[in-house]
Amino acid sequence: MNAAGFPILSLITFLPLLGVLVILSVRGDAAVVASNARWTALWTSLITFALSLVLWVQFDTATPDFQFVESAAWLPEFGVGYHMGVDGISVLFVLLSTALTPLCILASWEAIQNRVREYMIAFLVLETMMVGMFCALDFVLFYIFFEAVLIPMFLIIGVWGGARRVYAAYKFFLYTLLGSVLMLLAMIVLWHQAGTTHIPSLYELNLPFAMQVWIFLAFFASFAVKVPMWPVHTWLPDAHVEAPTAGSVILAGVLLKMGAYGFLRFSLPMLPEASAFFAPMIFVLSVVAVVYTSLVALAQEDMKKLIAYSSVAHMGIVTLGIFTFNQQGIEGALFTMLAHGVVSGALFLCVGVLYDREHSREIARYGGVAKIMPAYALVFMLFTMASVALPGLAGFPGELLVIIGAWLVNPWVAFGAALGMILGAAYMLQLYRRVAFGKIARPELRRLLDLSPREQAVFAPLIALTLWMGIYPQSFLSFFSATVTQLVQQHQAALAAGSRFAGL
Amino acid sequence: MFVGAVFFPLLGACISGFLGRWIGDRAAMWSSVGCMVLAAICGVLAFWQVALGGQPQTIEIVTWMQVGELGFAWSLRYDTLAAVMVGMVTVISTLIHLYSIGYMSHDATPARFFAYLSLFTFMMLMLVTADNLVQLFFGWEGVGLASYLLIGYWYEKDSANAAAMKAFIVNRVGDVFFMLGMALTFYTFGSLEFDAIFAAAESRADVIFMGMPALELIGVLLFLGACGKSAQLGLHTWLPDAMEGPTPVSALIHAATMVTAGVFLICRMSPVMEFAPFALGLVTVVGAATALFAATIGCVQNDIKRIIAYSTCSQLGYMFFAAGLGLYQVAMFHLFTHAFFKALLFLGAGSVIHAMSDEQDIRRMGGLWKKIPVTYAVMWVGSLALAGIPIFAGYYSKDAILEGAIAAGTGLGVFAFACGALAAFLTAFYSWRLLILTFHGAPRADAKTMAHVHESPWVMLVPLLLLSVGAITTGFLFKPYFIGDLQEAFWNAAIFNLPAKAMMDALHHAPDWVPTVAKAVAFSGIALAILLYGFMPHIPKRAAEAVPGLYRFLLNKWYFDELYDRIFVRPLRRLSIGLWKVADARVIDGLPNGAASLTAVASRGFVWLQTGRVASYAFTMIIGLVVFVTLFLLGR
Repeated sequence: MNAAGFPILSLITFLPLLGVLVILSVRGDAAVVASNARWTALWTSLITFALSLVLWVQFDTATPDFQFVESAAWLPEFGVGYHMGVDGISVLFVLLSTALTPLCILASWEAIQNRVREYMIAFLVLETMMVGMFCALDFVLFYIFFEAVLIPMFLIIGVWGGARRVYAAYKFFLYTLLGSVLMLLAMIVLWHQAGTTHIPSLYELNLPFAMQVWIFLAFFASFAVKVPMWPVHTWLPDAHVEAPTAGSVILAGVLLKMGAYGFLRFSLPMLPEASAFFAPMIFVLSVVAVVYTSLVALAQEDMKKLIAYSSVAHMGIVTLGIFTFNQQGIEGALFTMLAHGVVSGALFLCVGVLYDREHSREIARYGGVAKIMPAYALVFMLFTMASVALPGLAGFPGELLVIIGAWLVNPWVAFGAALGMILGAAYMLQLYRRVAFGKIARPELRRLLDLSPREQAVFAPLIALTLWMGIYPQSFLSFFSATVTQLVQQHQAALAAGSRFAGL
Repeated sequence: MFVGAVFFPLLGACISGFLGRWIGDRAAMWSSVGCMVLAAICGVLAFWQVALGGQPQTIEIVTWMQVGELGFAWSLRYDTLAAVMVGMVTVISTLIHLYSIGYMSHDATPARFFAYLSLFTFMMLMLVTADNLVQLFFGWEGVGLASYLLIGYWYEKDSANAAAMKAFIVNRVGDVFFMLGMALTFYTFGSLEFDAIFAAAESRADVIFMGMPALELIGVLLFLGACGKSAQLGLHTWLPDAMEGPTPVSALIHAATMVTAGVFLICRMSPVMEFAPFALGLVTVVGAATALFAATIGCVQNDIKRIIAYSTCSQLGYMFFAAGLGLYQVAMFHLFTHAFFKALLFLGAGSVIHAMSDEQDIRRMGGLWKKIPVTYAVMWVGSLALAGIPIFAGYYSKDAILEGAIAAGTGLGVFAFACGALAAFLTAFYSWRLLILTFHGAPRADAKTMAHVHESPWVMLVPLLLLSVGAITTGFLFKPYFIGDLQEAFWNAAIFNLPAKAMMDALHHAPDWVPTVAKAVAFSGIALAILLYGFMPHIPKRAAEAVPGLYRFLLNKWYFDELYDRIFVRPLRRLSIGLWKVADARVIDGLPNGAASLTAVASRGFVWLQTGRVASYAFTMIIGLVVFVTLFLLGR
């Protein structure tokens, strides 16, 4: 697939590190360093994004295979290699990561004033890790990126966060690390079985059912925390609340997708029987997540916390869709992941706009903002509606597909997921009503300025994406289709062949 | 032309919404009206060509989603059913846009209002021209959004915000069932496109899903969705509250178009519904019950707009039970005529409110008829049409519904007829109660308001007069096409009737006493209202005092709001706070936080162990060894 033999994925992955080197080499007084760091980070991420568009153009949607594959020997005696490649499942997440990073940098332009250089470095390193994780075709490589993502995120929350940032950062770190240890163990077992950590080779592996179960549980511990699934979700609201705006955007936009991506990349293809075995449990947890966290969101007083809880609910839809094992469900889950990346990222930016002006996330301190900031109110309304999955906006296709997919498996599960439609509308509209509508709550609010050109530049691409994904989702769905078809077929074939599961 | 009818309103919405700040309010208003006029021309031409000319067609725009075997496109389906709706929606919407120029002239942000109004029209047109269930759902939710925005248009009013949210969320309850209905449709038919569904409906009649015939379940689910949008019994609570919006909104959305979307859905799905007799029975019962229920409440309300809102609810009930009996054509006919006279009534009420300096309580009106004679006249026309008095539009459609109910020859039909006839009596009664209290008697408003009373400007009167023409003529003009001799050619297979039931033929053989009864109840309702409120105004008061329980029960709308508040709203609120503060903060977070403090305590203990004395280390080692050996031996 990589006709030119050009290592485009490695370039996209490691280009941000080049920017880091540039930023590190800047000398001078603080203001100069800060300004240089901002511009360097912005340009680096923009160039990275431009490069990643090559993937969009050149990706062949007709084949389910890995494309742009790169291979190099790394630790040949252990069967560990440097393998990169993308398929229909991962390619759009690479793009999502490279697209959100420049927006995050732009969003932190004025909000971050201390340690700007370190902040920008953290973001660029984060980009490398995220992109690398989605491109990695070797388990060890994946594991490294998967874990290394934690470090810059930990710093972003812990250094530039709010009042309880240290508590939140540790909670985030420890929660996600705990699962990772188990995943490491599972990885060693897999390596022991196969003698290699090359992911496509691992797909060939036929593991006995009992071993699948244990490995599945180990993976589950890691991915479920990352998703996050109920009941291991409580790190997320804290992390979001304390993280700076851009940190929340990337956390919601990309990091939450890592767990679901892990399920799709590892659990489903490598452990088909165990996945099918545990699917009912996942359904229950997902439906509980949708209903429970939507209800909790309804009670929130803090804007960011509300949106964080809504993220958990949306991720419940995602995990539900993945474990339906049918085309509609899985494509719906993937689409929801993308849409959620854009929409909830944008919602966090919306909160950030108000936070930058008033330094408060408390809902009760606002009111009547629509009167003062009409353009902002329009943008906020758009993303609110996208979040409640209004047809024609980004949230809808995924939700529709997941509900249809779930219905094919079990109508009651579909019903549970659909309840999120009502509750989602309730909490989002309540948020919007209390913030934007009503009388102007406090006279100080009158001096709020509407969106600045920089903020408009941040929102414009997200608005365009939200409309595009809602009106013509086919241009995204077409990326998924071949790979997901193959995944579903292989899953069914494995189940048909697996007599052990049938005997249970 | 076909594309223009749908997309001109969107253009108008964009111009008014996005450029309104630059081009000024006047330009924004008139440009959106201009777009609507273009759309109406296209819409009427489309109606002419498709419905009267018999040339249905479908225009596919672009693929929307294609996932596995599930695929559907954005497309415009113009058959007679769609063309009737497109023609009606564009014409009425244009008149209401025009009216709004006068009505909203003193508003602060009319450009925003016109943007919402045009957006609504666009969404409604997408709904009626949908070629698959998903696009229908797009329009369905889109009109919900526009209605939410318009109800909450005066967003500084708390009551308006609450009403807007209520409308959206109650509609969403219905939408959940719609969504599940779509999922089951896909499960049953492997497609969501109308052509595929309709073609396969008969062959899937015996598919069983969860112990029930799948088509029945689809019918019930879609009907529950329709209940939300069309404010049928149980999910009707949002409609009266929706009167918080500006009056043109009430006329366009909550009377003429959006609320009829549910009826449209049932008619659109007639090929499926015909094979779902149980679901149709449910539609009949709920529709008939709603017709009567809403009429009883309408009799005691005092807000001029709420009375008309309940009458809308009640008329929607008629449409539903007509559809439930298999008389889709008649339901569509009533939908069509109702749109004209109900828009007329609402706009007339708006004209009254405009004249009365935003007073809406009919107890504080009276004696207006000389001061606003045109409004008075059009309100008479609207009420006559609503009550079903001969020559006026409502007469033909309502009569046909009642005749059809008897002609059905079933117990359900008799039940529906009884509810319908009683509701017709009450309808006539509350319509004239409204007329008399508003326009006759001694003025009950203060002198300042009365001095200010004036007839509305011509931009408001022209739409009123045009709508009155519609309210008078649409009945006898279109009867032959909708339900008369020409109906088969007119509908051109857009609606499917099970040949075995032959409902459309039975309609013409209803016993003669039925129309007589229909006319008699209407006239007696009018007579009673004139007698009670015109000549003996103390009697209604005394009647209310005589049965205070019943009066309060009706005045408080059968306590539905309070009931829902008790059953759903408050417990959910408590539950949500409980889940957050207890389950999340204490239980789930308590475990890791507890584990963390446990670790801290334990590590302090281990610090104490590390004393540096060899003896204590040795002791620990021996203990450990003993434990391990024991475990090993036990385990063997």
